[in-house]
Amino acid sequence: MNWLVALPEIALAILAMAILLVGAFAPKPGAFRLASMLSLGALLITTGLVAVAPQGIGYGGLFVADAFSRFVKVVILASAALAIILSLDFNEREDEMARFEFPVLILFASAGMLIMVSANNLMTLYLGLELQSLALYVIAAFARDTLRSAEAGLKYFVLGSLASGLLLYGISLVYGFSGSMDFSRIATALLAPKPSAGLIVGMIFVLTGLSFKIAAVPFHMWSPDVYEGSPTSVTALLGSAPKVAGIALLLRVMLVPFGHLLPQWQLLIEIVSIASMVLGSLAPIMQTNVKRLLAYSAIGHVGYALMGLAAGNANGVTDTLVYLATYAFMALGSFAVIIAMRRQGRPVETIADLSGLGRNDGALALVLAVFLLSMAGLPPFSGFFAKLYVFLAAVHSGLWTLAAFGIITSIFGLYYYLRIVKVMYFDAPAGVFDHRAPSLSFVIAATGIVTTFFIVVLGPVTAAAQAAAQALLG
Amino acid sequence: MNQAGFPLLSLLTFLPLVGCLVILTVRGDEATVASNARWAALWTSLIVFVLSLVLWFEFDRGQAGFQFTERLSWLPTYGIDYRMGIDGISVLFVLITTALTPIAILSSWTAKVRVREYMLAFLFMETTMIGLFCSLDFVMFFIFFEAVLIPMFLIIGVWGGEKRLYAAIKFFLYMFTGSMVMLLGILALWFHAGTTSIPVLLQTPLSRDMQFWLFLAFLAAFAVKIPIWPVHTWLIDAHREAPIAGSVLLAGVLANMGGYGFLRFSVPMLPNAAEYFAPLMFALGVIAIIYTSVVALVQRDMLKLVAYSSVGHMAIAVVGIFTFTVQGIEGSLFRMLSHGFITAALFLCVGVLMDRTRSQSMDGFGGVVHRMPFFALLFMIFAMGTVGLPGTAGFIGEILVIVGALKVNFWVAFLTAITLIISAVYTLVWYRRIIFGALVRPDLKALVDLNGREMAMLIPLVALTLWMGLYPSSFSVFFDATVGAMAQQHVAAIAGTTHLAAALPMAGVIR
Repeated sequence: MNWLVALPEIALAILAMAILLVGAFAPKPGAFRLASMLSLGALLITTGLVAVAPQGIGYGGLFVADAFSRFVKVVILASAALAIILSLDFNEREDEMARFEFPVLILFASAGMLIMVSANNLMTLYLGLELQSLALYVIAAFARDTLRSAEAGLKYFVLGSLASGLLLYGISLVYGFSGSMDFSRIATALLAPKPSAGLIVGMIFVLTGLSFKIAAVPFHMWSPDVYEGSPTSVTALLGSAPKVAGIALLLRVMLVPFGHLLPQWQLLIEIVSIASMVLGSLAPIMQTNVKRLLAYSAIGHVGYALMGLAAGNANGVTDTLVYLATYAFMALGSFAVIIAMRRQGRPVETIADLSGLGRNDGALALVLAVFLLSMAGLPPFSGFFAKLYVFLAAVHSGLWTLAAFGIITSIFGLYYYLRIVKVMYFDAPAGVFDHRAPSLSFVIAATGIVTTFFIVVLGPVTAAAQAAAQALLG
Repeated sequence: MNQAGFPLLSLLTFLPLVGCLVILTVRGDEATVASNARWAALWTSLIVFVLSLVLWFEFDRGQAGFQFTERLSWLPTYGIDYRMGIDGISVLFVLITTALTPIAILSSWTAKVRVREYMLAFLFMETTMIGLFCSLDFVMFFIFFEAVLIPMFLIIGVWGGEKRLYAAIKFFLYMFTGSMVMLLGILALWFHAGTTSIPVLLQTPLSRDMQFWLFLAFLAAFAVKIPIWPVHTWLIDAHREAPIAGSVLLAGVLANMGGYGFLRFSVPMLPNAAEYFAPLMFALGVIAIIYTSVVALVQRDMLKLVAYSSVGHMAIAVVGIFTFTVQGIEGSLFRMLSHGFITAALFLCVGVLMDRTRSQSMDGFGGVVHRMPFFALLFMIFAMGTVGLPGTAGFIGEILVIVGALKVNFWVAFLTAITLIISAVYTLVWYRRIIFGALVRPDLKALVDLNGREMAMLIPLVALTLWMGLYPSSFSVFFDATVGAMAQQHVAAIAGTTHLAAALPMAGVIR
């Protein structure tokens, strides 16, 4: 038995538990910082292990490590590490946030995400997803004395549990009608000329459950509230790594076990994608809170990423992977800028608070403008290439309606991104933000550089994503 | 490798970015930064201009194909390469861009606020403008086509007039909408041909239906850029609010991007659709010519007057392109180039007056000639150029377009020719109001004539106006071969499809 295929996950889980112990015994004031640093180290070690761990199927077919999972895992680990760096300063400035459990919970969530993308069995999938979700429920409510955070955590938990229930119900149907939870056996069962209706209903429940987790329309209702209510360092995490993991999981589930049902689910994904893009481009126009605005825009981006899945072939997978990789950095970067929005020690988060940022803090305004224009899909930033790729994937598969909606919603999207740029550059200054911590500047600079100069590494990243897509579809 | 022996076009394109880096490293107090930024920007753009002169001397004028080509593998699996090259159509657009950028920088010499960022915007914009004309890959073209919006948005929005915000956002949304529609067309073409290389796409035959939709998709982007009536409204606001330097580049280069797009993509790639839509383009062009000229007649705002005349002039270029004759296309190229520097010069002239009087309305103006005789002289040459007086650059373009249009349809030619009369009316009325008459307004008494910097901006443009008017063949030799080949190809393509249609008994059904 090839147990080494899960080496990164095992190592990460063990390291996380070790850091939990260290945190418990370390002297109180420095415990958070110590645990954070150790967690960063753990993520670094795990990334190294992801690179060197053998590929293949292990644990009796429960677990698979391939080029696909490797690509996604690197993105997830990088996002988690950046989220921890973001929390360093933010959590210390907030009441009762600087606790050593915070980075440890992020580690557990990351371990869950890694397991999700390596799942080769519905049971592994569920375990990974729940490990991730439980850790995330807790950190969403981490500022437990503030009403909004507690509310966000509870909302996230209740709706997340509902999604898990739907998912489990779907899994049970699939198991009942195909006789197996193993991805390859389900695929074989679906080869029958007329797959049973129960199997299709089960698949739809699985799809619904996963759509809840990635907040695609019409299962998105929880996300704006959770994004707005959670502490911003948590929102930064929620907006990046879990989305990447969730969509990657969706790619694998829909294309590997349910790949033969493509004609049945393609239209569903198209509808979900279009609905997400439309909502993600119209709803933000009315928002005044930046976090809420970005939550809606994230829903839209899920819609764009799903275009690649709707294409249903290796090209589409490649394009979705590139989209996820670029989006994770844009999202983290823009939330980092929101974390930097702080006056007299208190965080501020309305669009009006950004007024005149271009004059007060040119560099910060410039980077935020880059993120926003990149999300709008303007060259030469990374978001443009991501959009170009998914549009191309849709066109390649003949999904013209989808591509047309993508184009139209991009235009509406530009409007509200531009509105923020306008507020930053042309409105009267609203006062200077507090001094930024170096850790925050580091994340902002790093994500800004990735977004601006993505064009340079476009070739290699595309090649890696193509290898990943090949691994997934064989 | 190309004639220059090294990647000249890439150097021209990305050298301004090096200038940006230099400006970014400038340290010191605000005055030092501003002065250093100005000089660094000016020198960078001058070096780029001098380098671009290599194109003028080394370009092989007898050849119709792409020259100075460069190619690097970029995304091989997607069929995208980094490809640069120019032909007879693009070479002069590159040159006009490199020539107008230093002039624009000179004209913004007196800007006071955030000079460093201002200069950065100009240099970044030069990169995107040159890159656009040199791109031989449709995706690269699109990247530059879109990237040019960012600096222009900032130039209008940060350094513009009173309603600058409205104008900047309107500009951005119009442009972005047009180009996103074009993107859909590019994707379709890309999917169909498997590559985005422009030389390959030029040889790819496309079905009639596909041409029809692609033409509409490209029209959305290029019509907004040129701009054609009825999507010209952004331009009026943009010119009114933009700083003079922004207007210079808007009129001199950005408008030409639309015309270049028609000549590079719509006409040669989609011959049947272009033929099919030609009457529509004529109609839009003629409406624009007459409508804008009449509107210009009643303008009291000088910037708006020049803006409307600019729309009218570009409409003449559009009419010329869609005649598909050698004369028409050459005429429209002349029209675009001469519009590029004459309209830019008119904006500069208005800028000179605005600098001195802080007003852009013609009310109360008069008698400027008594205080600024030299300015009045230069202004007159540009006014004659925009009217299309023989001997100036404006004339060549107009007469060729009219000749080209005559070959196609008398009434199109006739209505286009009307512009000669109306534009003469509004330009001369405007000129008389400002320059002649008595000095009424007290503040005009203190006017001083052009200073050295203003001369340095305007005199090269005067020289160009007269040179192109008196000896046009030193410009037309660049594009004679290319345009000849293009017109021939168009005729062959149309003949090919009609021939095919005639040969097939079912052709009517298939179509």
